[in-house]
This record gives sequence, C-alpha cells and structure tokens, in this order.
Amino acid sequence: MAVDLDQFKQIFFEESFEGLETMETGLLGMTDGETNLDIVNDIFRAAHSIKGGSATFGFTAVASFTHVMEGLLDEMREGKRQADQTVINILLESVDEIRTLMTAYQNREDPDTDQAQLLQQKLEAIFGGSGNTAAAPEKESANKSEAAEENRLLGWHIEFTPHDNLLITGNDPALLLSELAYLGKMTMVMEDGALPPFTEMNPERCYLRWKIDLLGVNDEGTDAAQTEEAQIREIFEWVEDECDLVVKGIYPERKASDRRAGDRRQPGQLEDRRQSDRRTGPRRPDDKAPAAQPTTIRVDTNRIDALIDMVGELVITQSMLGQLGEDFDMSKLSRLKEGLEELERNSREIQDAVMKVRMQPISFAFNRFPRMVHDLSQKLGKKIRLELVGEDTEMDKTVMEKINDPLVHLVRNSLDHGLETPDKRIAKGKDEEGVVCLKAYHQGGSIVVEVSDDGNGLDRNKLFAKGVERGLIKETDVLTDEQIYMLLFAAGFSTAETLSDISGRGVGLDVVRRNIESLGGNVDVRSVLGEGTVFTIRLPLTLAVLDGQLLKVDGQTYVLPLNSIIESLQIDPNAISSLAGDAEVYQLRDAYIPMVSLSELFATGEEKPRGEEKHCALLVIVEWADKRIGLMVDDLLGQQQVVIKSLETNYERVPGLSGATILGDGTVSLILDISGIIEMSTRVREQAMNTRRATGKRNRVA
Amino acid sequence: MAKILIVDDMASMRKMVAFTLEGAGHTVVQAEDGDIALKIAREQSGFGLVITDVNMPNMDGITLTGELRKLPSLKFTPILLLTTEAGTDKKMEGKAAGATGWLVKPFDPDKLLMTIKKVLR
Amino acid sequence: MVAVNMDASRHQYLTFMLADEEYGVDILTVQELRGWQETTPIPNAPSYVLGVINLRGVVIPIVDLRDRFGLERMEYGPTTVVIIVKVIASGKERVLGIVVDAVSEVYDIANSDLQPPPDMDGAISIDFITGLATMDKKMVILLDINRLVHEGILSKSKSPMPATAPATEAA
Repeated sequence: MAVDLDQFKQIFFEESFEGLETMETGLLGMTDGETNLDIVNDIFRAAHSIKGGSATFGFTAVASFTHVMEGLLDEMREGKRQADQTVINILLESVDEIRTLMTAYQNREDPDTDQAQLLQQKLEAIFGGSGNTAAAPEKESANKSEAAEENRLLGWHIEFTPHDNLLITGNDPALLLSELAYLGKMTMVMEDGALPPFTEMNPERCYLRWKIDLLGVNDEGTDAAQTEEAQIREIFEWVEDECDLVVKGIYPERKASDRRAGDRRQPGQLEDRRQSDRRTGPRRPDDKAPAAQPTTIRVDTNRIDALIDMVGELVITQSMLGQLGEDFDMSKLSRLKEGLEELERNSREIQDAVMKVRMQPISFAFNRFPRMVHDLSQKLGKKIRLELVGEDTEMDKTVMEKINDPLVHLVRNSLDHGLETPDKRIAKGKDEEGVVCLKAYHQGGSIVVEVSDDGNGLDRNKLFAKGVERGLIKETDVLTDEQIYMLLFAAGFSTAETLSDISGRGVGLDVVRRNIESLGGNVDVRSVLGEGTVFTIRLPLTLAVLDGQLLKVDGQTYVLPLNSIIESLQIDPNAISSLAGDAEVYQLRDAYIPMVSLSELFATGEEKPRGEEKHCALLVIVEWADKRIGLMVDDLLGQQQVVIKSLETNYERVPGLSGATILGDGTVSLILDISGIIEMSTRVREQAMNTRRATGKRNRVA
Repeated sequence: MAKILIVDDMASMRKMVAFTLEGAGHTVVQAEDGDIALKIAREQSGFGLVITDVNMPNMDGITLTGELRKLPSLKFTPILLLTTEAGTDKKMEGKAAGATGWLVKPFDPDKLLMTIKKVLR
Repeated sequence: MVAVNMDASRHQYLTFMLADEEYGVDILTVQELRGWQETTPIPNAPSYVLGVINLRGVVIPIVDLRDRFGLERMEYGPTTVVIIVKVIASGKERVLGIVVDAVSEVYDIANSDLQPPPDMDGAISIDFITGLATMDKKMVILLDINRLVHEGILSKSKSPMPATAPATEAA
C-alpha cells in the first residue's frame, strides 16, 4: 500500500521544532553543575521523539545525530553525568544542528552533514566514545550469516509450546501459526496431551502445543528452503518468553533432529531484524521540485467551538430571514430590520472569532531570546539577565512573524551597545548583572512591545555630534532629546565606539524602523543617560482587516486607513500657495502641508491642460511617522471595515498601495499606503527640483 | 476489520498510523496521551487492537499497558508498543506489563500493516 | 533556444485568436473562461495590465495580450473572452486572466510535431514560444505561458513609477 507521508511530515516538522524549543528552554534552565531530573527527562523525551519520527519519515541524518545525543542525555538521566557548562553548551549546539538539518529536510534539500559529524565527534568524545558501538557488531554478524551457507537447506522443523500465560499477553497461537504458512508449505500436528479435564480447564490459559514442518512450496510460491531462520524467529519474537520454541533446519542427508540450528544464534536473529528495519525504514527525500509548504496554526479547540456556535446562530438568522422573504409584506418590516441587525451582529462576531484564530501568544516570538541572551552574554563577557513580561499577550500570527527580526535586532542592540561590562557597572555602583526586559501588552487597538535595558542610556551629546558628522543634522540645529534619539533610526548611523559582529555595522535600526512601519506600526525610544534605554514598538493587532475610509479619485474608489487620517476639509483656494513652481502647500492654521494629487501620482486622470487640473474638492490630511501631507480627493464616501487582500499573491507589490479589498458590490478597491505615497511624492518633488535646478543652471550659462 | 486505539503524543506519528490503518479499512480512535486513552478505553468497547507509543509525558506507554490490561474488556486484546529502544529493556518491561508485542521505529505503512496482521483476529 | 522534444508525448492545447493569428496554451494551465468585466486599474502599471478583478474572493490581474504583443487594441465587449490561467511564476502559483479576441479550438499535438519558431521580428520574443504547429493547414503558435507571465509580464511591470531621477546629488 502506497501512503503519501508528506502530510504527516509537515506535522512532524512542527512538532520537532517545538520539541527543539523544549530542549533549548530546558537546557537554558539548567544552572551550571546541577542536574534537574525533570528537565533532563523532558529533554530526553523530546530528543527521543524526534529520533523516532525522523527515522520513520526518512530523515536519516537527524535520526543518527539524535541517536548519539540521546546517549549523552541518557547518561545524565541515569545520574552518571552532571550537566556542567561544557555539556550544556554542546547540547545547545546540537539542538541548533538538529534544527539546521530539519530545516534542510523541510526545504527538501540534502542536509549538509559535515557540521553534524563534527558535533557528533564532540559528543562522542564527551560521551567516552561509547555512542557508536552499535554499528560494529552489525558488520561482523553480516559476515557470519554469509558463512551459514553450508549445506543445502530443504525446510524447517518447528516445535512451538506456548506457556500457559501466552493468551494473557494478547497473542494468539492461531495467528502466529498462520503467519508461518507464508514462509513455505506447512504441515502441522497439534498435541493436546496437556489438556486438563474439562472441569479443571481455565479458559484464559493455553494448554496446546504444535509441531510444524515447513517443507516445499506453498500456494503463494514461497519455498520453505528459501526461508531464513530469522524470519521464523521473528514471528515468535513477541512470545519468546511465553513459549518454548525449537527451530531446526531440515537437510537432505541428515535428520532434522541432528542439527542444532535452533539454539545457535541470538546475535544472528538481532542482526536480521535490523536488516529488515533498514529495508523498510529510511528513504531519501524525493527530489520533487520544492512545493510551497503550507503553514499551519495551532488553535485552542475552545476557539473553534465558539466559532461553530456562532455559525450555528448565523444559520438560524439566515433561515429566519429566509422565511420572512417567502411572503414578505410591509407589516413585517420591523422584523426584517431586526433580522438584518442580528445578521450584522453575527457576522461581526464571526469575524472577531476568526481573527482570534490567528492570534498567538507572543511567547512564540519571545522564546528564542533566552538562548540568544545566554550565548551573547558569554561572547561579550557581560552578565545579563533576561526578563520576559506579558508573554501571554496575543497578536496576529502574520504580525508576529514579521516582528521577529526587528525584536532580535533591538535586543542585540541592547546587549551590545546598551549594557555595560560587569567592571564598568560595578564602577558606576550598579549591580554587575545587567537586565534586558521584553514586555508586551495591549493598548487600545494596538499591541505594544518594549525592549528595555538598565545600561548606559543614550548620550545626547555623542548622538548629536555623530549626527553632525554624518551630515544628518547641522551643528546649528536645535533638537529635542526625542529628535536626537530618533537619529538612531536614520540610515548609516552607529554609535558603538568599537564595532562588533553582534549588532552589525550600523546597518539595522533604520531597517528595523522601516519593517515596523511597513506593518503599520511605529517605534520610538526613550532614555536616561546612565540609567537605561527603552525602545517601544507599537503595532496593529491584526493585518487582516482594516478600518477604512472610502474615497473617490478619478472615478475610482480607494480605501484609506482610518487611523492615518487627521482631518478632512473643503479646499479653500486661498489657502494654497505654490512653493517653487509645481509643488503646492496648503496653509492649515500655522502649518504648511504639502498637497499631493493622487490623480497625478497614480496617473489615472486624463491629460488636462496646465492650470486646469486642480479641481479636487476635498483635502484629506494624513499623517505618517510625523510627516503630514494633504491628499486631494474628489469625494469622501463611507467608512467601513475591509478585509485586506494581497496584490502580490497573483501580481506584485505596487508602490503607494498596501493591498486591495473587495467591496460589497464585488468590485475590487485598492488600499492606499500612506508611507509609500509620501515616499513617492517626495521623490517626484525632488525630481522636479533637480530638473529645475538643472535647467536653471543651463539658463545661467546661456 | 478492527476497531483500533492508537495512543501517541506526537501528532505526526499518530496521524500517520491512523491514516494507514484507516486506509486498510480499520476504524481508528486516536488518543494523545495515556489519560485520554484510559478514558476512551473505559467508555468504549470493541477494540481489537491497541497501539501505543512508549515515550510519552505524564503516563508512558508501559504504564498505560498495565492499566489497560486491568480493564476486563481489554484483557486479551493485543497491545502493541511503538518503540525506538534498540535494547531489550523496554521490550521486556513492556511484556511484563502485558504488552503483546512491539513495533520498532522506524517503520513504514507496509511494515505497520504486516505487523498488525500478526495480532488481529 | 527551444528544444524540440522528439518523444511521442502529446499535449492538449487550447487555441485562441489574436488579430488573425492563432495562438495556443497548454490546456492544463487553463482554469476557466470568462467574459469581459470591468477591471480596477492599477496605478502606474504597464498599459497591457488592465487592472485587477475579483475572482471569487481572489484578486487577480487581467492582461491584454494584444497590447502585450504590440497589436492594436480592441474594444472590450460582451464577446471578449478572458482566459483564466494558473501559471508558476517567481516560484509561486499565480492566477491571472488574459484577454483574447476569441477562443478557437482544442488540439491534441504531439511534441514531435512541433516546429521550432523561426526568428520573428515583432513583439513576441521567441523565448515565449514553445513551438509552431500546423493544424488544418493553419499555423498555430504555442506559447510558453509560464515563461511569458514570469518574464514578459510580471518582471516588465517592475519599473518603479514615477521614474527615479538619476542619482546625481548636488553636493
């Protein structure tokens, strides 16, 4: 029977990665020199499951590597070995290695086993080299079985005497005997001499014995002469201790009873089973083109139950409305309205519930940090304690996946630049152990994640000087602390006096900021010199739905994220002033706000003679990362929640758009990306300025 | 065709075994740990076979085997252990607890079906 | 370069008309045929990308093949046919619609009957052509739709708009 194992492999990968996390957390929880048996057992069990599964699914490199690792863990479990730092570190490395191998298998690549072999040697060195002894006798006995080819074998004589407790183990003599019939033509004699008188008989016991000859060819064409003793032994493997078994070869010259083949070779028997395991077991991953791996999510069954309840309510509402529609007249109008309200409530609840399905505790993202802090603090020679707060705070899975890298970056930054070395800390009168804290909580419709440390804090003057040096600001600029701190997020800014390989070379924080903003979030930083720094990330709870303002430009309906809108107003022509020709700004109270024409930016309008194009009636003031622009639109329509669909699924990313949605009438409407639009319009302005500057120069020359 | 109880905390293994057995026409009940398995075994009857992993948190497969054997309905029902233990210790422990036999990982669907033929009445 | 496979394996092709020429695509890539419906234009997309539509909850782009092949555009009307194809491009499955004049036939063509395309001048690079076949004395141009979408449609629309100024910063 051919069974496609792929679907189970995917589950297995997820389980294994979880198992690896358990191992890692356990290892990090073991303090130097102290072996906590519960933890060791957990780690052992995880390793063992990974070993068994990977062998079954054909991930041989993982299986053999885990096997060696398991040996070491087993010694710890039995108390033969203490968990000192060397052992913990090498086990942590092993966890990484398994993860690497597993990832390779998941991507259907051939795993690179060089590193695994190196580690395996290290493990074996600690383990006293006893980890790989299993391989040796296997080869030896393989030779032996070849030597067994002495005389021409005709078949087998078997005597099977069950002990009277054989039935209680769930084994059945009849089934065992019918298995034998597959190995050759079988003749059998049952002896019931031990059968007690009927009244004394215990039906739970077995009183019979059998003498069987396998000789000749059976109906399936199997010749008993080709059958190996091990095949026979294997059938009786489970009842070895519950029966007396004699297996003898039948040879042409001598009588079967002269041979003592039956009680000869325990090792041979083991060896043959191993060979059969090898035949049926590990397979190489097939070399199909890598298909996109579907991602899965684990959902609390309560949430699914709640969802099912709500769908039940929806069905009731639907049938109620259906009945109402059968013979509707105006007298039933109020019931119709009630029904529609009910329907709206149902849909909203279902939407909320479906969104919750995607919500995962942030601990999934936090879990990697204990390891990272452990490794990096050793590398940096700093003493660091990691505190995690609000690990149960839930966020959308897609947001979480994307926030991982920014978080890693910020934590690395704190470890590397924020926290001081123990001697510096002591000199300052601080505890020699520094603290990095990751904290998550909900605030309004956002999730807030803080990365804080009690390190050196940001030095305003240094940052300022650096900003001037990098040409980001002028010496004469007057900046608030906040503005100076935000310099950290400017491209190409680095404050570390010695660059390390930990938080990179000043590439990074600008990328962090961009990543977070692309998720619709923002990041800011607060700091007190000498006391510490706090980075605060704010993100929307979910990326899948958006509260939107519908608007019209050139007959097309667009969706604008509601939370980016500051205000909208009728355009007063007197408030428009032209800056440097093309660019126009709108005077709103004390501020001048750049005006952006979506029609021009998106080139959706018909070509109009110059001077006539500004016919838009409304200006929507939007804000993004402290920048404000005014979008010129033809009309504002309603506000509604929309489900975000990616344009990249079947097309590609489009500048100025964050996606699309499907409106109530089934048409597609595009969702505006404010940050993208600001970027585009800035570029257009710069371009226009450059051209003008260029032409201006030319004019002067002429 | 038999009704089979399969116990394994690893969903991948459990589902693979279940899928294989269902494909061969058996009815499969899945339990993700020993406690659930015991509960199912007490509430339902007619199991023709129990397959349990050895290596599970809380209650391992060997303890579970011992508990299952105490139930009248499962007194003679074959119980197979899923094990990776190369050594004989676990197997003997399992036998002592009342297991019928064992299935050594790695195994593939074919081997699984071959093996259960040995115990299914 | 087009390798012409000389083995006897056969493929079915759905053919369609563009101007007076008959083109074919592997029928396995064809998901369904639809009539013309209004699209939502995508800002700054190439002219042959007409926009996106809602195909049962999925947003898919619609491409005018006439425009892509440099032929004169036609009015879209009730008889205009949109072939929805599922292709592999940029390592992902993508669904998109191509607007053609009319659907023609389904042919069963052996790989061995394919002729390599001659060097044609015109808008269709021979890279996008699997081969030529003669059916009922007419020539059918068989398109490599995966490649056409991947290299000829998606990558072409990547040029960011509005075009960036050359990076000559006045210091």
